[in-house]
Amino acid sequence: MLDIIALSLTAILVQNVVLVQFLGICPFIGVSKKTDTALGMGMAVTFVMTIAAMMTYLCQKLILEPLEIEYMQTVAFILIIAALVQFVEMFLQKIIPALYSSLGIYLPLITTNCAVLGIALVNVRSQYSMIESVINGFATGIGFLLAIVIFAGVRERLEFSDIPKPLRGFPIALISASLLALAFLGFQGMKIGG
Amino acid sequence: MTDILNPALAIGGIGIVLGILLAIASKLFAVEVDERIPLILEKLPGANCGGCGFTGCEAYAQAIVRGASVTLCGAGGQKAADEIGAIMGVKAGEVVQKKAVVLCAGTLQKAADKYDYIGKRDCLSAFKAHGGGPKSCDYGCLGYGTCVSACTRNAIKIVDGIAVVDVQKCGGCGSCAASCPKGIITLVEAKNKYVVKCTSCDKGAAMKSICSAGCIGCGLCIKACQYGAVSIENSHAVIDYTKCVGCGECAKKCPRGIICTIDGGGTECTEEKSASSEVVL
Repeated sequence: MLDIIALSLTAILVQNVVLVQFLGICPFIGVSKKTDTALGMGMAVTFVMTIAAMMTYLCQKLILEPLEIEYMQTVAFILIIAALVQFVEMFLQKIIPALYSSLGIYLPLITTNCAVLGIALVNVRSQYSMIESVINGFATGIGFLLAIVIFAGVRERLEFSDIPKPLRGFPIALISASLLALAFLGFQGMKIGG
Repeated sequence: MTDILNPALAIGGIGIVLGILLAIASKLFAVEVDERIPLILEKLPGANCGGCGFTGCEAYAQAIVRGASVTLCGAGGQKAADEIGAIMGVKAGEVVQKKAVVLCAGTLQKAADKYDYIGKRDCLSAFKAHGGGPKSCDYGCLGYGTCVSACTRNAIKIVDGIAVVDVQKCGGCGSCAASCPKGIITLVEAKNKYVVKCTSCDKGAAMKSICSAGCIGCGLCIKACQYGAVSIENSHAVIDYTKCVGCGECAKKCPRGIICTIDGGGTECTEEKSASSEVVL
């Protein structure tokens, strides 16, 4: 149990996917203009990451390792994640329309999100078990959610600030993202659960 | 040979299997779309203003198919309601047309700023500054035009430091009302002729020192109204539209000249009144 908590906290704070590992910067910058859209994106990523962690684990153990073609994992994982997102989209549209309309356009965006692929590869490299992979996927998603919502809040405040002209818009967003990343560096060196 | 064949077969196999699965899933989870929705969508103005209470024109079109009233679109008006009624095979009732009104008459000359505001020319930013913005009256229009940019029909202008709605252009969607940090833009049914252009809760004496146009709660309008439709609430006059017949007696009596018609934008009656009453500037 303690291991699970340690793993989750590490994935959320210490090894935050966006602010420490610098994965998934594209949606982090692209969909963080408003807090509620950021929340939608964060939830969609969490959702997909959890399922993708499970599917890629199965793919690794059942297909790649028996055939000794682990070097193909990037290609195989991209295939699986893309198909998975498509499937989830169709499934949600039919079964849970409310969730579909709230996740809406963010679902297809995640298909090529490097954070999802990155976590799948990290899971394999760290030789996590099935349960650990899923938890790591979920916690990383929560970490992404946390980072993007905080950042969206910062950007909403930025809208009302007097920013020097050359820095307005995208540049100041990148600068504030780096300051946020510095704040998360405070968690570095923390070792949770031994 | 197997070095090449194995990965090629495995990855190709994964691709083919996933492709087939997705094809099956797309058949299995196909969502039927009502063919009336695009037809209705065509008749709606497409401004996505949200005035109907749904999140946009498409959401409203879907709601109509599920049985929502066809008369909710103020922007499309009676014409859109009739056409959609024809598609749905129902008789469209009367569309209640609403208009936005800015409940403030404190122009630059009438209500001075209490300090110089240097910052983003935006009502929300100014509102977050000290004391709810530089305007002397806490309830008054800041005049930085957040409602102007919120309006999808280009119907609001800033005149003399306060927002003025062009009633002809206004579709009554209410996006300006939602954008106003002071909350002084309201929607009034277009058939109601008169509005009180002040929402200040300050007492009469205090109001006099702040703004030369604000309601001082003198109650002359109450006496003028034969129908008992006007009352003073929170130190300003309020018209009860269930009783108002639009005779305009209250507007004639108001010493501040802030009971105005909706469509006149208020200008004609304020100018007239301020000339004849004592409270000039």
